[in-house]
Amino acid sequence: MKKSVVFGALTVAGLAAGAAAAGTLDDVKARGKLNCGVTTGLVGFAAPDANGEWKGFDVGVCRAVAGAVLGDPTAVEFVPTTGKTRFTALASGEIDMLARNTTWTFSRDVDLKFTFVGVNYYDGQGFMVPKELGVSSAKELDGATVCIQTGTTTELNLADFFRSNNISYEPVPIETNAEAQQQYLAGACDVYTTDASGLAATRATFEDPSAHVLLPEIISKEPLGPLVRHGDDNWGDVVRWSLNALITAEELGVTSANIAEMAAGTNNPEVNRLLGSEGTLGEMLGLSADWAKNAIMAGGNYGELFEGNIGEATPIGLARGLNAQWTDGGLIYSPPFR
Amino acid sequence: MADTQNNSVAFVATEVIPESPPPARETGVVKWMRENLFSSIPNGILTILSLYVIYLVLAAILPWIFNGVWTTSSLAECREVLQGKTGACFSVLTERWNQLIYGFKYPVEEYWRPNLAFVLLLVAIAPVLFFDLPRKLLMFTAVYPFVAFWLIWGGTIMAPIVAFLGVAAGGIVFQKFGKSTFAVGFFGGILAAFVVWAIGGALIPEGASENALLPAVPSRDLGGFMLNLMLGVTCVSLSIPLGIALALGRQSDMPLIKGICVVFIEFVRGVPLITLLFVASVMLAYFFPPDSTVDLFLRVVIMITMFSAAYIAEVIRGGLAALPKGQYEAADSLGLDYPQAMRLIILPQALKISIPGIVNVAVGLFKDTTLVSVISMFDLVGMIRGPVLASTEWNGVYWELLGFAAFLFFVVCYGISQYSQWLERRLATGHK
Repeated sequence: MKKSVVFGALTVAGLAAGAAAAGTLDDVKARGKLNCGVTTGLVGFAAPDANGEWKGFDVGVCRAVAGAVLGDPTAVEFVPTTGKTRFTALASGEIDMLARNTTWTFSRDVDLKFTFVGVNYYDGQGFMVPKELGVSSAKELDGATVCIQTGTTTELNLADFFRSNNISYEPVPIETNAEAQQQYLAGACDVYTTDASGLAATRATFEDPSAHVLLPEIISKEPLGPLVRHGDDNWGDVVRWSLNALITAEELGVTSANIAEMAAGTNNPEVNRLLGSEGTLGEMLGLSADWAKNAIMAGGNYGELFEGNIGEATPIGLARGLNAQWTDGGLIYSPPFR
Repeated sequence: MADTQNNSVAFVATEVIPESPPPARETGVVKWMRENLFSSIPNGILTILSLYVIYLVLAAILPWIFNGVWTTSSLAECREVLQGKTGACFSVLTERWNQLIYGFKYPVEEYWRPNLAFVLLLVAIAPVLFFDLPRKLLMFTAVYPFVAFWLIWGGTIMAPIVAFLGVAAGGIVFQKFGKSTFAVGFFGGILAAFVVWAIGGALIPEGASENALLPAVPSRDLGGFMLNLMLGVTCVSLSIPLGIALALGRQSDMPLIKGICVVFIEFVRGVPLITLLFVASVMLAYFFPPDSTVDLFLRVVIMITMFSAAYIAEVIRGGLAALPKGQYEAADSLGLDYPQAMRLIILPQALKISIPGIVNVAVGLFKDTTLVSVISMFDLVGMIRGPVLASTEWNGVYWELLGFAAFLFFVVCYGISQYSQWLERRLATGHK
């Protein structure tokens, strides 16, 4: 009899979870708020400012989705997650989507049962060296001491890179980025390696950033993007096309400045379809006709988000590089709105 | 013979020699230094070396502190002001002060609420800590948890009132029946409390929190040092009674109670606190349907309380074991029953012995509250590691922030430690 009670409870819990997972879009609309998982703080990507407002590149994606679904970019409940809690928070339904500089990998997609809806930042592991070292390529680093965070994929990538290039190095294991910064500045290692965006953000905090250079080699692929749970394709589509709307908007020259004018109708049919003055794309997603307009108005198009949060005008100063539009030789590419 | 006094021998002095000052090397600073600093050559060398080390440390730290910049709005501006001189960038503390103390989401116009709760905490805790104060103050202490809950979380005032009535009903039932039969009073009290809570909970209208006098603040919005203090105070005050109960239970002759207590203590002590916190924040979410889950703050309080209660139980068991058996027998021979014997004879002595151990656990627990930063709660350390260091303005300021956190924790922990020493002196009855 006890067993049946336990099974009964499990079934109820399962049914409840299943019912909740069946219609994330409806849940979000009913709740009137999007629960978006972000990092507890990463320079440029997500952090609350002095007034407690969340700001950053990943935060921009959350706001765009909230704009598309609810028409209000401020209707977001930001749920801070750590590297350890992010996946359980998403899997358990505590958050509707995760936009937390998470690398799209095979096992996360397939084994952990998540759906990566796209890539909003192409990162990769890079190297930073002091300028006075006179090194211009990572292949000249034979015999260098390298500060490296232990237990990360960067450690493995580094070993692979040096072995395949037949050069030697001496690792200086460190635990956190803060520690790495101190060690590197104190001269405990010649080179610091981690994701290129992290290197740029770290360099920006130095007293004299110009005394350090990022080497051109990028030795790993780290495509970062928003993700949702497996099994709710409709919701996945909403998040995917909200992101694509931002990318397409940049490609078509739709910015937060001219969007009001363009939404009235232009002679470019794709712009009209995107902004809802033509066609029924919004209806197909289960959203209002001006969904993409709201998504873009939340924080601007992809390029505006990039420039405002991590671009060259900010202290982080990342160049577009791989993250330029495909028309400019980058990898940022959205399927057509048709 | 009469003139013996007057015709003294020439070489005998007739008056007292005036007092002369002691030799220079046997007095004042010089003597103190000779005795304490330069009593031998090795000691002299050590003294000079130590002075040199102290000089080095101060020469590095003092300019850093006194050149400190307090008014800029970013690290880059700090560096501009300093122009390459050594100096701390304390501006981060002034600019992010509210965030470090209250977290980044607590509504600014409601800061007076935790402030008031903190002041009232000092009033409420005083009669517990200093038993020379009038006993009537304890009545305020009894009400305080509910007042503080209402102040910090806000929402409808009915919730804390119902909670208080429940506890009061339980207390009355216990008073009435506990004298004759302890078990009846104990379980009857619990039952009465639950009955009141159930009835009261049903009576509170739906949505009463919407337009309450104090706007409701969800637990997720709490943060900063306020969160550390709240967790520390709540968990210490809950875990001491629980720890006493566990320690007594472990000594019990009843196999069921003894078994439960032993298993609980050994299990909780065998698991790292951080694991329990992960269970609280992550695993429990799987067992509740989305949207209906126990408050995260409450889950964390339960876990930390369980953890420290297990440690305090062992400390108190040490105190109980240190009492001579004669004390137990004396209590029995007076005809006291078990609760009376414990309350009047055993525990007052055992707890006195256990004070240093309990304080040790309390200090450790208070510092352990910073572990909640790994489950993405923004306590003081979580605020520093997350939002503050991740802002483009302050990325790279480490010493100032972590030094500030260390200072705050030191003040509280040193205070606890000083209090416990005072308490030991106050309770010293002379026989060891």
